[in-house]
Parts: sequence; structure tokens; C-alpha cells
Amino acid sequence: MRTVAVVGASLAGLRAVEELRAQGFDGRVAVVGEEPHRPYDRPPLSKAYLAGTCSPESLRLADDADTDELAAEWHLGVRADSLDPATRSVRLSNGEEITADGIIIATGGRARPLLGAEGLSGVHTVRTLDDAAALRADLENSTGGVVVIGAGWIGAEVASTCHTLGRQVTIVEAGLTPLARVLGPTMGRICAALHSDHGVALRTGVGVQSLTSTGFGPWKRVTGVDLADGTHLPADVVVVGIGMLPNTEWLAGSGVAVDNGVLCDAGCVTAFPSVVAVGDVARYQGPDGPVRHEHWTNASEQPAVAVRNLLAGTTIQEYRPSGYFWSQQYGTRLQVAGHPGDADEVAVVDGSPDDRVFVAEYRRQGLPVGVLAMNNPKLFGRLRRQLRAAVAI
Amino acid sequence: MIPACAVADLSEGEAIRIPGEVPIAVFNVGGEIYAIDDTCSHQDASLSEGWLEGCFVECPLHAASFDLRTGMPTGAPAKKPVRTHRVVIKDGVIHVVPQNQEAVV
Ligand SMILES: Cc1cc2nc3c(=O)[nH]c(=O)nc-3n(C[C@H](O)[C@H](O)[C@H](O)COP(=O)(O)OP(=O)(O)OC[C@H]3O[C@@H](n4cnc5c(N)ncnc54)[C@H](O)[C@@H]3O)c2cc1C
Ligand code: FES
Repeated sequence: MRTVAVVGASLAGLRAVEELRAQGFDGRVAVVGEEPHRPYDRPPLSKAYLAGTCSPESLRLADDADTDELAAEWHLGVRADSLDPATRSVRLSNGEEITADGIIIATGGRARPLLGAEGLSGVHTVRTLDDAAALRADLENSTGGVVVIGAGWIGAEVASTCHTLGRQVTIVEAGLTPLARVLGPTMGRICAALHSDHGVALRTGVGVQSLTSTGFGPWKRVTGVDLADGTHLPADVVVVGIGMLPNTEWLAGSGVAVDNGVLCDAGCVTAFPSVVAVGDVARYQGPDGPVRHEHWTNASEQPAVAVRNLLAGTTIQEYRPSGYFWSQQYGTRLQVAGHPGDADEVAVVDGSPDDRVFVAEYRRQGLPVGVLAMNNPKLFGRLRRQLRAAVAI
Repeated sequence: MIPACAVADLSEGEAIRIPGEVPIAVFNVGGEIYAIDDTCSHQDASLSEGWLEGCFVECPLHAASFDLRTGMPTGAPAKKPVRTHRVVIKDGVIHVVPQNQEAVV
């Protein structure tokens, strides 16, 4: 293998380049990234960066010295438009073409848009640095209410940050209990209570009917949100946090199978041994069927396995997810590991939800399968390790 | 010199945090006492709540590992070291000499 193309220059793409070098690949590495920026960290975009307490520079995942050491070619601000299955070449939006013996797909995802909000200023999603910068600027130049649509992790974090910035915030969530799919209804309710603790209104079980606006053409700006139950929520700024869509359209016609992500085996290898997928875009074969994770640790850890298999030309190692992710809202730290969704029982094993300091264990047929901690990193660390040892996740 | 706690109160494998403008974490590794900055150089987690493995502490948030002897991270996501501080044991009490004050003590 002489040339490897890495498509996607964010966390998973950068880690893939680092792993290629760490695992001894000394050929050409070409990285293609649609964003103009060097790889940066997304988690602070809804937290410290949005709050104005960290600079864009501090988000960088690699400094110049690290990047130089990797000796890769960076094609930034350029999109990969297609992958030719016969020649394994990647066609770029600037007309160039990169022919490679190995392809690493790390194209992640984009924020799911709210239908009907196109071209309406004051409406934001938070996926990229540019998104977060635009939201921050809009918050600086307005004073009215903020409505956050979607009470998932990103919605909850953005609501918390806007609250910290002194804004009056309402969250609208179509489901009955926020985060219930991931944490179950009991813990979902407990985590959602953080909003009311801080005077942030949470409206659940009600969908968004439409956005109201004023002006026309490029001056059209949001003024509020109409809910399905007839309520009107006035807003200067609306943030849409309703999930993400994996970036796979560019693979159309490549022969690489795509279904809500890039389908790959347990070692992140697609049907072509020379094409692997990593990070948010990879839908790999887990023990219970194909799964895709949208967490930092996954994007950080998958590349080691994918690169090993790519260089070996076959799957010699399977990926074992730790299922670890964290969130930070209202100064509260939440940490999750394992597979809480598989549980038939959840028990608080330390502290108390009322104090907002506790650890809960998720069990299936009496055996631990997941752990959730609020403001209790130390015990969380221990249980997370026990979990890993017990079920080899 | 800041008193941390009695030697007897910090069992092996345990850590305590000395609050302050720059909080410091004190660890007992097999009877050997180490002190480093408590705040991870990556973001803002408290290293005294981390996982201790030999002479290394793993950050509880994103798992960067730091060598307690040198303060150096062993890899991503931390890039910068944390400061190490000198430890003095006097009359059965662990004291820490914060590195930036070393000169004036
Ligand atoms: C606001 C926010 C907060 C988060 N907070 C947390 C948190 O607290 N904890 C946690 O565990 N996780 C968090 N995450 C999730 C974490 O950031 C993601 O899991 C991680 O960024 C995934 O990395 P990735 O490289 O797989 O994909 P991405 O980060 O999505 O990167 C994909 C890159 O590929 C580029 N790209 C896409 N298509 C093409 C193409 N055709 N050609 C070239 N380039 C392309 C994109 O522009 C993008 O830069 C957060 C995410 C967001 C957005
Ligand atoms: S805060 Fe310690 S590794 Fe991120």
C-alpha cells in the first residue's frame, strides 16, 4: 500500500492519520476536508466556546508541530464528490483526483435541518465551528427569548449555555421524556430536571408546527415558534438540535454499501478490504447488529482498529466500543458508559438524584450493562472499568 | 508550604485535592507521595478524581494519562504537561511546596 486517502478532516480523520503513522505506514497520506479549518474539537462548541470562555485556537486537535510530524497532504476547504469503485480514486470538488490504494471514510455527519427554516436568519444548528460562531454572534446582538428545539444532548447543552449567558430559554421536545431512548424514562426525567432547576422552561410531548418570521428575502428573520398545541413562543434566536445525518451521499455509485452510515464489518472494513470507515459515519457490525455511535471516544478509538485492518488487508481485529460519552450542563457533569438501552432495570448505587450527585447502574437479568453518573466521576471511573471487564465491551 | 493531610489519612492508591486558586492533587502510590496540578491540562477535569495506575493518573473525563513524576501526558487528548510540586513530610503531615512559590520558600 503506497497511498492512503482519508476523507473527512475532523476527529476520526485526524486520529486515522495518526494511527497510520503510529502503525508504521510511511507512504503518501492525503487528507480531504470540506471545512476550511484544521481538525478541531466539537464538544466545546455547545459549551465553553459558545459561552465565550475558549478561543477557536484552543479547539485545535493538533498544533503545527504535530501536523508537520504526520507528513500528510491536507486538502482543506475541498469536498470529496465521488469515489470511483474501479480505480479507487476520489474526485474532489476542485476538480482534482486522488488515486489511493486505501481509503478511510471519516465524513461524520451534519446537523439535521428543520424543514421550513431554510434561509431564515436567527435559526441555527450547532455542528461546525462556523455554526457555533454564527450562533454566538447572533446571541451577542440580540436580547430576547431563545427557543431550543430538541432536548437531546446538544439541545440541552445549548440551552444551558444560553441560560448562563443570561438569556430566557425555552426547550421544546416532541418526545414525552428527554433522553429516554438512551437513558430510559426514569433517568431521562432526572437529567431533564436540570433545566427546571435553573428556571429553563421545558415543554415536552409537543411538536413544532412552524416558525414565525418578519421581513422578506434576505431580511427574513425568525420571531418565534408555533407549537402543535397552539402555543406561540416568541424568540429572537432559535436553535435546532434534532440530531444528525451521516454524510454518505458522496459515496453514491461507489459500490460501498450505505444505510444510515457506511456499512462495515466488526472491524470497520467495508465490503472492499481497501475501504474502511470510522467515527460518526461508520455503521459497523456490533454483537446485536449494525450500530453507529455519535460520540467523541468512539471517533477517537475506532481508527486504531480500522487502520490495523486496512494495513493488514483483512479484518484481524474487531472494534469493542466503550460506549463512553459525557455531557456538561448547568455546571453538572454527566457521564455514561456501556449500553443503558439494553437494561431491564436501573438502580441508584451511590448518592442521590435529589442532590444531583449520584451513580446509577443499568442491569439486564441482574448483570450490569451500563452506568450513568451525575457529578461523580470517581466512582463512575471504577464502575466503567468493572463493566468493561465484566462484559468485555 | 501548604499542609495537605496526615500521612495516615491518605491510603495507598488514594488522592486528595487541595483547593485554592490553582488546586493541587496529592497521590499516594504504593507509599510514595506525589503532587501535581489538579486541573487537567486538556480541559477542566479534576485529576484527583482520576484513575491511578502505577505512577500514572488517567483523567476522569477524556482519559489523558499523566506521569505523576514528571507531569507529562502520555498522549492525546492532552498535549501540555501539568506542573509537579515538591512534597515534604513533616511530623506525619504531608505538605506541598507549590512550584511557582518554590523560589520564595
Ligand atoms: C456541538 C457538539 C457537542 C458535542 N459534545 C460531545 C460531548 O460532550 N461528548 C461526546 O462524547 N461527544 C460529543 N459530540 C460528538 C463528537 O464531537 C463527534 O462524535 C465527533 O466529532 C465525530 O467525529 P468524526 O470525525 O467522526 O465526524 P465529524 O466531527 O462530523 O467530522 C466529519 C468531517 O468530515 C467533513 N466532510 C463531510 N463530508 C465530506 C466530504 N464529502 N468530503 C470532505 N470532507 C467531508 C466534515 O466537513 C467534517 O469536518 C459533540 C458534537 C457536537 C456537534
Ligand atoms: S479534561 Fe482531561 S483529558 Fe480532557
